[in-house]
Amino acid sequence: MSTRRLQALTPYALLLPSVIFLLVFFAYPMVEAFTLAFRAEGGGWTLDNFQTMIRDVAFAPAFRTTLLLILIIIPVQFALALTMALLIQAKLKFSGLFLYIYAIPLGISELAAGIVWFAIFTERGYLNTVLTALGILDKPFIFLSYQNTGWLLFAVVLAEAWRATSIVMVILVAGLQSIPNEFLEAADVFGATLWDKVWRVILPLLRPSLQVALILRTILAFQVFAVALAVAGRGITLLAAEAYRWYNTYRDPNVAAAFAALIMVLSIVSTILYLWGLRTPEEQTL
Amino acid sequence: MKSSNTFLRYVSRGLVYLLAILMALWVLLPIYLIGVAAFSEQLAVYKYPRPFFPSPFSTETMVFFLKSTGVAASVRSSVVVALITLSLSTLIGAPAGYAIARFVFRGRETFRLLVVSTRAFPIVILSIPLAVSFIEWGMYDSVYSLALMHTALALPFTILITSSVFASVPRDLEEAAMTLGCSQLQAFVRVSLPLALPGLAAATLFTFVLSWNEVFAAVILTVRNRTLPALVLTVLDVSPLPYRFAGGFFMLAPSLIFMLFIRKYLFNLWGKVTK
Amino acid sequence: MAEIRLDNIRKTFGKIVATRDVSLTVHDTEFMVLLGPSGCGKTTLLRGIAGLEQIDSGRVFIGDKDVTDLPSRKRRIAMVFQSYAVFPHLTVYENIAFGLRMQRLPDSEVKKRVHSSAELLQITDLLDRFPAKVSGGQRQRVAVARAIAVQAEVLLMDEPLSNLDALLRLEMRAELKRLLKDVKSTVVYVTHDQVEALSLGDRIAVMKDGEILQCDTPLQVYDNPASEFIGGFIGNPPMNFLEVQLSDNAVMAGGASFTPPPAVRAALGNGARVALGIRAENIVAESVRTDGALSGAVLVVEPLGSHNLLTVQVGGERVKVNAHADSRFEPGQRIWLKFAPEKIRWMNRDTGRAIS
Repeated sequence: MSTRRLQALTPYALLLPSVIFLLVFFAYPMVEAFTLAFRAEGGGWTLDNFQTMIRDVAFAPAFRTTLLLILIIIPVQFALALTMALLIQAKLKFSGLFLYIYAIPLGISELAAGIVWFAIFTERGYLNTVLTALGILDKPFIFLSYQNTGWLLFAVVLAEAWRATSIVMVILVAGLQSIPNEFLEAADVFGATLWDKVWRVILPLLRPSLQVALILRTILAFQVFAVALAVAGRGITLLAAEAYRWYNTYRDPNVAAAFAALIMVLSIVSTILYLWGLRTPEEQTL
Repeated sequence: MKSSNTFLRYVSRGLVYLLAILMALWVLLPIYLIGVAAFSEQLAVYKYPRPFFPSPFSTETMVFFLKSTGVAASVRSSVVVALITLSLSTLIGAPAGYAIARFVFRGRETFRLLVVSTRAFPIVILSIPLAVSFIEWGMYDSVYSLALMHTALALPFTILITSSVFASVPRDLEEAAMTLGCSQLQAFVRVSLPLALPGLAAATLFTFVLSWNEVFAAVILTVRNRTLPALVLTVLDVSPLPYRFAGGFFMLAPSLIFMLFIRKYLFNLWGKVTK
Repeated sequence: MAEIRLDNIRKTFGKIVATRDVSLTVHDTEFMVLLGPSGCGKTTLLRGIAGLEQIDSGRVFIGDKDVTDLPSRKRRIAMVFQSYAVFPHLTVYENIAFGLRMQRLPDSEVKKRVHSSAELLQITDLLDRFPAKVSGGQRQRVAVARAIAVQAEVLLMDEPLSNLDALLRLEMRAELKRLLKDVKSTVVYVTHDQVEALSLGDRIAVMKDGEILQCDTPLQVYDNPASEFIGGFIGNPPMNFLEVQLSDNAVMAGGASFTPPPAVRAALGNGARVALGIRAENIVAESVRTDGALSGAVLVVEPLGSHNLLTVQVGGERVKVNAHADSRFEPGQRIWLKFAPEKIRWMNRDTGRAIS
């Protein structure tokens, strides 16, 4: 009897360390984030931190830019990632090499990516060199100036699209691999073009993968801040950057926690929206 | 008729390759350019028009960066944090991953769902409340505390990835070992572990990269014991261009090597995790 | 000595009852086949013997020892898995040696036993290879060699042939039979293939819905099925069943009258529905009317080489008949079927069980 009892307990024993760790370093700080955000300086509960947050001059632009960035980057990323994923699945020669190359940015940090694109867009950078060499510009143009919010945003979009497409690509390839080849061959037999296949077979069947990738990308995008700092300095600001600034520069963890709480709520809301908007109807599962 | 069809097929195949190469360039070109900047002389960085080759090739910029104040120490901190993160998350997460992959028990699905759903939370943001707690507990500004935060960040990944790695080792093999005289533990050590090892190694490498790259928590949780990204970020607006470029390249270089090893396991790592 | 005794084995998975208080005794060195459709509980029962499945209630005895609470490794069993479960990270040699090394046998003994098992299965030239480099059929041989090498008193086999292609399966079936005669282990063999069961088993335990319906020699199970289900499940084509009516003093089926044993009359007298069972090879088809024959119309003629399989419409029912290979029946033709009287079996339609 005792060996049986022991066997039944084994999985729980294996889970225990993870559960404890996640409770202390995940559940606790999550509760704490909201507690901090609603805590007044002398103790007691208050909405002051949120009022301070909203009244801050940087709040509205940070909020707007964060959302704008997500709205622009995600479609670009998904188009790029789907192209890459289809190329990987096209059974090309050297597809292993292509996969490696496409996956490299997966291991590149926001900060490094920001610096890379800063090197390209800076006044004496590569972009200006090319544009003047081609005669499009006669002298270097200052793309990354505080006055050029459009260019700042553009550079950040490129940097983020460059860096974070890999993860979407990998998830989509994994999803594509789970689509049986017969489905596509069946589509071929019925005379589907590549375009038809992508829109009528691949994308609908890829819905679960798309959902996961969208959720992941959106949540990560809410946390982006180092790319913007590296590319645009103070030129544009994002919610996570404000959280960082309130903590580090203004030494006010409560308002910083209010930002954290806001980001968390936004993340959860967007996850719920994706889960609801992209759910696979029960009757369409095999 | 037939030959023109063949011709068309060749053309379209060629276009597919062209597209694949263009995509590869889109990824590689920026890396190449930052590499050029990092391996030119410091003065070349200010030259205009900007040279597209390191002429002459020089490690001067790189050496300047590595010898700058705090860089060596921060690289050490980064490596220490990443190694602790890798060890802790594997030690804590792999058993849980194994349990999910191998045992049927009450609460398994709930636990799995909880772990999956942690990904719906911006974990990095949790470093703000953690910083406050760490100050209270006297654990603030320490590489060990940061490693704990990074472990929390990596743990859900580690659990899901290791469970998919272990699940890819057929259960039959372990059972066969048990009918041949192994205890559960022996079956794990002699059969599952050797077969899972490459996948587990890829997972731990990934954890290392995750920690090496992480900047938000690092910059919030440390003051004097900065990791490399935290250091570079805080001095970003006061640092000269050569410093930034060399730093940028130095930070992304590990990825070039790591991806080479992880490549084969990417879909193991991500494929089943998406379920 | 290794008799296996199962005593009221019950195992449930959630709401599904996999085995319903099953009891069974397998004699020492006997070859017992557990036969049944998928989901009948046969694999669960086997895994219960192996110790890979914790049973909810009941006891398992191997030899005279109660092993119910012992882990696999202490049960002195060996097992061949459906997937073969050959370790991909070990060579064929190390695969076969695995169980011997766990017993801490000296190297010389390991070597001797690995080689003798490998010879038995004719895979000596594969010993240095890794499993990825050998064919599916060879992998299967490795799995069997590995199980034989430990010389366990009990050998458990879970559909070992089901992943082989048809030709290889036929060859391996005969080879297993030859091999296991020499090994002298008590064998429990799970399969859903009735031909395999008939060909290999000393006895067959036919299972359905977690219960053993009949446990007997292959001939008995084939010839005297305990229920309509077994008659239908074993044999190809399945046994024919015709519902009979009581008319005056005779029992009528398809227009012919039969003399049933008293038990059948009694059942019919009590208002039960009764079916007459007969196998295709026990029916003689004639193109002319003979005494006591049923009349029917040929629906389908399938030439199978060794014989022609006829599907004949008899009243409201269809009957499968084996006709001679050079018979010349045509679809639509009217024919007469004569049943071999000693081969007729009687079933109670309401319970599905044989009337004896």
